[in-house]
Amino acid sequence: MSFAPTLRPHGDLASLVAGSLNRKSRAWNLLRSQSETVIQPFEGIELGMSGDLAGFEREFDEIPDNTTDDVRLALWHSKMKHYMILSSAGKPIYSRHGDLSLINSSMGVVQTIISFYEGQKDPLLGFTAGNARFVITTEGPLYFVAISRLGESDAQLRSQLDALYMQILSTLTLPTLKNIFVHRPSTDLRKPLEGTESLLSSLADSFTKGSPSALLGALECLKLRKSQRHSINNIFLKNRADKLLYGLIVAGGKLVSVIRPRKHSLHPSDLQLIFNMLFESGSIKAGGGESWIPLCLPAFNNRGYLYMYVSFFDKPDDENDGDSSHHPARSHATPSIPEEPPEGEEESSETRSNSTSAPPPPPSSSSSSRPSPQSADEEIAIILISADKESFFSLKEMRDKLALSLQKSGYLSLIRSACRQGRPKISSISTSSSSTAHQEIQLSHFLYKSRANVQFCMPSLEPHFSGWEPERQIARRKLMSVYHQLHASMHAKHSHLKVLHSVGEDVASLAWITPVFELYCVAGPNASRAAMTQGANRVVQWAKKEEERLFIIGGGVF
Amino acid sequence: MADSGNAPKPSSSVKLVLLGEAAVGKSSLVLRFVNNDFQENKEPTIGAAFLTQKCNLPTRTIKFEIWDTAGQERFASLAPMYYRNAQAALVVYDLTKPTSLVKAKHWVAELQRQASPGIVIALVGNKLDLTNDEAGSGGDGESPGVDGEGDARKVTTDEAKTYADEEGLLFFETSAKTGYNVTEVFTAIANAIPETSLKTARGPGAAHAAARSEEQRVNLNGARDQNAKDGCAC
Repeated sequence: MSFAPTLRPHGDLASLVAGSLNRKSRAWNLLRSQSETVIQPFEGIELGMSGDLAGFEREFDEIPDNTTDDVRLALWHSKMKHYMILSSAGKPIYSRHGDLSLINSSMGVVQTIISFYEGQKDPLLGFTAGNARFVITTEGPLYFVAISRLGESDAQLRSQLDALYMQILSTLTLPTLKNIFVHRPSTDLRKPLEGTESLLSSLADSFTKGSPSALLGALECLKLRKSQRHSINNIFLKNRADKLLYGLIVAGGKLVSVIRPRKHSLHPSDLQLIFNMLFESGSIKAGGGESWIPLCLPAFNNRGYLYMYVSFFDKPDDENDGDSSHHPARSHATPSIPEEPPEGEEESSETRSNSTSAPPPPPSSSSSSRPSPQSADEEIAIILISADKESFFSLKEMRDKLALSLQKSGYLSLIRSACRQGRPKISSISTSSSSTAHQEIQLSHFLYKSRANVQFCMPSLEPHFSGWEPERQIARRKLMSVYHQLHASMHAKHSHLKVLHSVGEDVASLAWITPVFELYCVAGPNASRAAMTQGANRVVQWAKKEEERLFIIGGGVF
Repeated sequence: MADSGNAPKPSSSVKLVLLGEAAVGKSSLVLRFVNNDFQENKEPTIGAAFLTQKCNLPTRTIKFEIWDTAGQERFASLAPMYYRNAQAALVVYDLTKPTSLVKAKHWVAELQRQASPGIVIALVGNKLDLTNDEAGSGGDGESPGVDGEGDARKVTTDEAKTYADEEGLLFFETSAKTGYNVTEVFTAIANAIPETSLKTARGPGAAHAAARSEEQRVNLNGARDQNAKDGCAC
């Protein structure tokens, strides 16, 4: 049977109907670039194709114990990204894939190569073997190795390794780490780090999936009206305990409110560690209850511990989105918080439409198309950090008061609905002042970093770049790879680029850097440069207009 | 069992700490007791978790304030913070792992040396579901093979029981996975807490309105709180 695909349906339909029948010819691709319709980037992703990312959907699968070593080694080699940590004495400490016995010999080779160069006083920074890039960093007694076939730049891989090092410091502090190796250079660091493998792995996996936050070294905030954020800050400040150093309200990995002393700000790399612990690895949430965690925030002070109180809000029982059934009867874990009253749905939808200038997309469709694991994106946590290890109960008391006033004032449900609303849809981003306001924006996605605020924002990844289907995972990784390439080009030493427009076979992209912002945009391969520039301008205008909603400027200071 | 309705029973808070080697199932026991839930391959606790759960006795209600501590060695120096003033301790070992009993004995010794003199200690051998004992594997029909096959037990009941008796500890073998004996441990602890060491609230501002009204209804000795603190060895 022959079947010549002449028409290609868009979006979900494409993967459903066209599937493997639609292996596109060169001619088709050429023809398509003349097309008037908007083509999404990476439309041609098909499973089983031989491409850069073939098999990426299996990247995070564990290597099974119950097969032969040959099979396990083959699986290990098939991974696109490896992170290894070893001591300078050659003791393996951590590997993302494979248990240490499987890869002991690889670790040995790595150690031999690194120490050869160390011995020549010419430390090895990186090398390429086949299509894999090896990058090495040395931090005192520790070697960090990243092996990547995902095309990141050396600087990007280096900053990923740095984050892993920060996680180790966060567990041990720098003086402790040094002490351990001063006294016994051959120490097995796995014992002191016991239980933190999952933190290292969730950090590593966020890099492998591609994390805009890590790439840009910036944080993402929950979009709220300025007056609302101001009121939340004030409630936060009013309930402040004496022992408090930093206070954070975080919803689904996005910052809602921060309070801090005037002379200390919070470093993004420290917040990355906290967010990773709370939202990426399951360590804190799984047990329920409230947590009291000693941790070192290396960018704040790598010599000592702070103590972090964490409490997640229970899901409201009356939520009818089907998620609440997964967590029955959790409410008695924090008995001091009364049951939440039914949420004023009309109130929240009103504030919703106020907060975006464009009419909001119907919330029902966005929540129904959302896969259930995304409900983790809606978890709200209060994080209170103190230097006093005995301050748990005073921080708990603060939390209880804070939670009560947030709830009474309606701000808790406001945060919830802002969170459920998710990131703005790219189609909703337009400026009302422009005469072409209702002309559809040509971009598929963008990252906008406000340099002064060290924060970024981006539109929703749905529908093309989110989801658990392999095609979607690969599309998301491709998108992140484009951002990484743009970022690397813009930040290459001596390049001094301000604008970069690049067109590839399946994507067109634009980067634009000014002293105020960094903007990275992506569109389908047939998007014209004019259309992209227009889109970029619109995003910049939008971000300027919405600045105080998208970003936390200053925060609550005491 | 968490909800006693409006029964006018005296209610007291009891501070309880869980100690034991990493991965013996401390958090799983708490999760079973508090939420009646179990998670396979639970990730390690970081620092400590604080949870509360009520336990109804015929004559009174005990509100456990539970400190579920992380078992890793690097957190050991923080343990005194959690067992200080604790009225009860659950020292947990994994009955498929003899070294975890050794560690449990160290914790018992440290508690006897440093914690409040009246502290009620329960020694708990967890993961009974991995043995052939009928009690532990009962429930979901998933009983291991017969004649020692699939029996991962490495610490005999006798050995642990003898030690517990010598040291005057409560002793239980449990399965957080099946739920076997879990509530029994906490109930036994609640029963073993001497009446005199009970206090009505942890501290100022901590009592809830409900607890307060019960407090007013029943004449509890106001000086008890003081007594409990005086009794501390440190």
